[in-house]
Amino acid sequence: MSNVSLTTAIPMLLKAVPRSRNFEAVLLIWVAGIHAFALAQVQLAVLQKMSWDMLFYWAPPAITAAIVHYVLRKHAVGADGLMLPLAYLLNGLGIAMIYRLDLAEIARGGIEVFADRQVWLSCFAMIVAAAVVRLVPNHLVLRRYPYLAGAMAVFLLMLPAAPVIGKTINGATLWVGIGELSFQPGEVAKILLAIFFAGYLVSKKDTLSEIGSRLLFMKVPRAKDLGPILLFWAASLGVLVLQRDLGTSILYFGLFLVMIYTATGRAFYVGAGLTMMVTGALVASRVFDYVGRRFDAWLDPFAAENYNAAGGSYQLVQALFGMANGDVIGTGLGGGFPQLIPLAESDFILAAIGEELGMAGLFAILAIYLLLVYRGLRIANSHPDDFSRLLSIGLSFVIGLQLFVVASGVMGLLPMTGLTTPFMAAGGSSLVANWVIIALLLRISDSSFRRVEV
Amino acid sequence: MNKQVRRVGLALTAMFLALFAMASSIQVLRSAELYKDSRNVRASYETYKTQRGAILVDGVPVVESIPVNDAYRFNREYSSVLYSPVIGYFSLFSGAEGIERQMNSYLSGQSSAQFFEQINALLDGKPVTGAAVELTIDPDIQRAAWDALGARKGAVVAIEPATGRILAMVSKPTFDANLLAAHLYGPVTDNYQALVEDEDQPLINRAISGDLYHPGSTFKLVVAAAALESGQYTTASELENPQRYRLPRTFSFVENSSGKTCGKGETVTLETALIKSCNVPFAMLAVALGEQRIRAQAELMGFGSELEIPLPVTPSIYPENLEDSQVALTGFGQFDVRVSPLQMAMVSASIANQGVLMRPQLIDLIVASNLNVLSQPEPQVFSSPMSKLTAGFLTRMMVDSVNSGAATKAQLEGVAVAGKTGTAENGLNDPYTLWFTGFAPAEAPKIAVAVVVEDGGGAGQNGTGNQIAAPIARLVIEAALKR
Repeated sequence: MSNVSLTTAIPMLLKAVPRSRNFEAVLLIWVAGIHAFALAQVQLAVLQKMSWDMLFYWAPPAITAAIVHYVLRKHAVGADGLMLPLAYLLNGLGIAMIYRLDLAEIARGGIEVFADRQVWLSCFAMIVAAAVVRLVPNHLVLRRYPYLAGAMAVFLLMLPAAPVIGKTINGATLWVGIGELSFQPGEVAKILLAIFFAGYLVSKKDTLSEIGSRLLFMKVPRAKDLGPILLFWAASLGVLVLQRDLGTSILYFGLFLVMIYTATGRAFYVGAGLTMMVTGALVASRVFDYVGRRFDAWLDPFAAENYNAAGGSYQLVQALFGMANGDVIGTGLGGGFPQLIPLAESDFILAAIGEELGMAGLFAILAIYLLLVYRGLRIANSHPDDFSRLLSIGLSFVIGLQLFVVASGVMGLLPMTGLTTPFMAAGGSSLVANWVIIALLLRISDSSFRRVEV
Repeated sequence: MNKQVRRVGLALTAMFLALFAMASSIQVLRSAELYKDSRNVRASYETYKTQRGAILVDGVPVVESIPVNDAYRFNREYSSVLYSPVIGYFSLFSGAEGIERQMNSYLSGQSSAQFFEQINALLDGKPVTGAAVELTIDPDIQRAAWDALGARKGAVVAIEPATGRILAMVSKPTFDANLLAAHLYGPVTDNYQALVEDEDQPLINRAISGDLYHPGSTFKLVVAAAALESGQYTTASELENPQRYRLPRTFSFVENSSGKTCGKGETVTLETALIKSCNVPFAMLAVALGEQRIRAQAELMGFGSELEIPLPVTPSIYPENLEDSQVALTGFGQFDVRVSPLQMAMVSASIANQGVLMRPQLIDLIVASNLNVLSQPEPQVFSSPMSKLTAGFLTRMMVDSVNSGAATKAQLEGVAVAGKTGTAENGLNDPYTLWFTGFAPAEAPKIAVAVVVEDGGGAGQNGTGNQIAAPIARLVIEAALKR
C-alpha cells in the first residue's frame, strides 16, 4: 500500500471504507423517511388523520435496518453500500401497502390482517440476515460441502409432503407447519441449491466446458460430468411437480440454467434448457388440469367462462382493472381499491402498487429491483474467486427471475404461478430467504473488497 | 466468466423491459377500455366518494347522501320503501339498479352537463357534488297505490295521459334499499343474496320488467282498436255469437267466462262484446283481423319497443307466425301475449289522449348543486296509434263497461271512469292474473292507470279483475282527482 500511484489511488479512495458505510447510512435515513412518508399518506388518505399507530409500522423495521447497518460496519465493512437500503426500501413500501390493505379490510368489517405480522417478520428476517453476516465470516466455507447443501435442499423440498407437518394451502403443498408456525421450505431451498450448483460447477466447469463429443456443431458434455447435476435438478423438479408448484419449478430451472451457462460459457445449455422448459410447460398444461386452467385464463382472461371459473382469470382481471385505474401517476396510497384484488397483500401486491402509485410508481419499484440485481451481478463481475462469482450471480438472478415471473403473472405477460414478490409480499419464509440472500451477497462483496486491499 | 455475467445482465434487462412495456400497455394504452369494463366496479366505487345527489319526489328528498365518519364518507339513506322499485339502490358491494343506476352520471356529478362544475372542483380541490333528480311521481297517488295494493303481489302504474309523466309506480313485494347501502361487506352481501334468492323476487320492478304477464281481456282494447282502425268495423258491427267456438283445426273450444252466449241474439255488436268482455266474439274477431293487423296496432301502442323511461322497460310481446287457433287466443290476451303493466297503462293513456300516445317519463327535472337546471325533459309524442274518432268510441265503450259492464267495481261517484278488466289464465290449475286498466275523468282525462294482481290476489281461480283489481284502480284514481 505504500507506493500507490495517483491513478490507482482514486478508485481506492472511492471504495474506501467509511465512505461506503456512511453512504449507506445516509441512504438508510432517506429510505426510512420514504417509509414513514408512505405510512403517513396511507393514514391520511384512509383514516383522514395521522395516529401514533404509524410508529409501530415504522420504528421496528427502521431500527432493525440500523442494526444490520451496524453489524456491517463491524463485520463486513467493505460490503456493497446500496443493497441494504434498496432491500429495506422494498420491504418498507411493502409494509405500507399491506397496512393500507388491512385498513380497507377493517373498514369493511373483516378481520384478516397481515401488517402487524409483517412488521415482526421483517425484523426477524433482517436479524437473521445480520446473523448470517456475523456468523459466516468467510462464505468460502460454503464451498466445502456442495453435496450436503444439495441433499438438504431436496430434503427441505420434500418436507411439505411429509405426514403431520406438511400443509396444503390453495391447492399447493408447499408449507410445513408446527402448531401456529408455518413456513415454506422451498424458499430456503433455493439458496441451498444455489450453493450446491456453485460448489459443484466450480469443480467441474472445465470438464463440462471442454470435454465432450461433437454433435451438429455443438459439443455435448459427457453423461458422467452432467449426471449428478441433472439428478439433483430432476429430483427437485419432480418434488415440485408432485407438490403442484409451477412457479418454483420455473425458478429453480432458471437458476440451474444461468449457473451452468455462467460456469461453462456454452450457449448449448441455454438453448436446450429453454426448449425443455417450454416443452415441459406445454406438456404440463395438457397433463395437469390446474396448469391447463392457468393457461386458458392467461390466453383469454376476459372470456366469461375463464373469468367465472374457479381458479380462473378473476384475480388477473381484477389486477388489470386495478392497474388501469392507477393510470400513469396512480390514485395515491389509500386512494384506489386494491382490496378488490384477491391476495393483493401477497402474490398480487404489485397490482396494488400499480393502482395506487401508478405506472410511474410501478416503474420505480421495478427499477429498484433491477438495481438490486445489478449490484449482485456487479459482485459477480468483479470478484476474483470463481465460487463467489457463481454464487452471487445465482443468488441475484434468482431475485430477478422471481420478480419477473410474479410480475408477468400479475400483468398477464405469462401464465400465473404461485410465487411471492421478494421483500414486499406478506409472508415470513420469503422475507427470511430473500434477506439471507442479501446477507450472502453483502458477505461476498465484502470479501471482494478485502482482496483488493491485499 | 465476465462475458457470461454481462449476458445474464442483458437477459434480465430484456425481461424487465418486457415488464415495463406490459405495464405501459395496461396502464396507458388499455386503461380507458379496462376502466369501462362492466365487471370493473371501481367506477361505481369512485362515485361513492363524492356527495351523491338526492332523488326528490314533489320537492322532498326520498334518497339522500348523509355525511358519515368512515372511509366512504357518505351514507346513502332511503326514506321510504314506497319508491324502492323506481329508485332502486346504490350499493358498494352489489352494484346499482333503478334510477340510481340509470341517472348515475348525474347523481355522481360525472355527466358531461356538469363539465364546468368538474373543472371548478379540480381547481379548488373539493369533490364534485352530484346533481339532484326530481321524479314525476306524485307522492299522494304513489301512497294511495301502495296502500290499495296492500299485501298482494302485483304492480300499479299511473300516467298523466297528456304528457306521459308517470304519476305512480308501485311494485310488490319490494325491498328496503338501506339493507344494501350499508358500508359493511358481510351483512350487505348476505342481504343481497337473500333478496336474490327470494322466490317472490322483490328486487324486480314488476311494473316494467320481470317475466311480464298475460294481459287477459285488457288486450281486447288493442283488438278493438285494430278493428275500428281497419275501417271494416264500427262499434255497431254485428259479430257472431255462438255459445262456444271451436279453435280452427283443433279440438279445443273457447267459451265466454259466463259459459253462455254474449247476450240473447244470434249476433252481438262489437260494443256489447267489449262491454261484457266476451271471449268468443273477440276470438273470432281476432281471426278475421289476422295476426298482422293486431300486431301492427299493438306495436303502435308500444309493444316490442325498448323504452327507457329512463329505466329500461322490458318490451311487451305480441307473438309471431301464429296458427289461426293461436290468433284466436290472442284475441282475449292469452297464448303468448305478454305485457308489462306500464304497457297496459300506455294503451289506456293513448285512448285517453284522443289517440296520441305520449312517451312515458319518470324524470321531471335534474338540478345541479349550484341550482342550474341541467335537464328538463319535455313531453314527447311516442306514436299516434289510432284516430281521434276511434279513441272516442273506445272511451265510450270503456265508460259503459264501468257503468254497467264487466268493470263496475271501478265506479266513482260523480266521475265518468273509463275502464277494462282482465282475468288472465296462466295454466290449468294456476291462479289467475287480475287486471284493470282505464282512465278518468273520461271527458278530460287526468290519469291513466293499470293495475295487475298476481296469484289471483290470494283467491286462486275465484278472483276476477273486477273484484280485486278494479277497486285498487278506483282508489288510485280517487287520489289523483282530489288534487
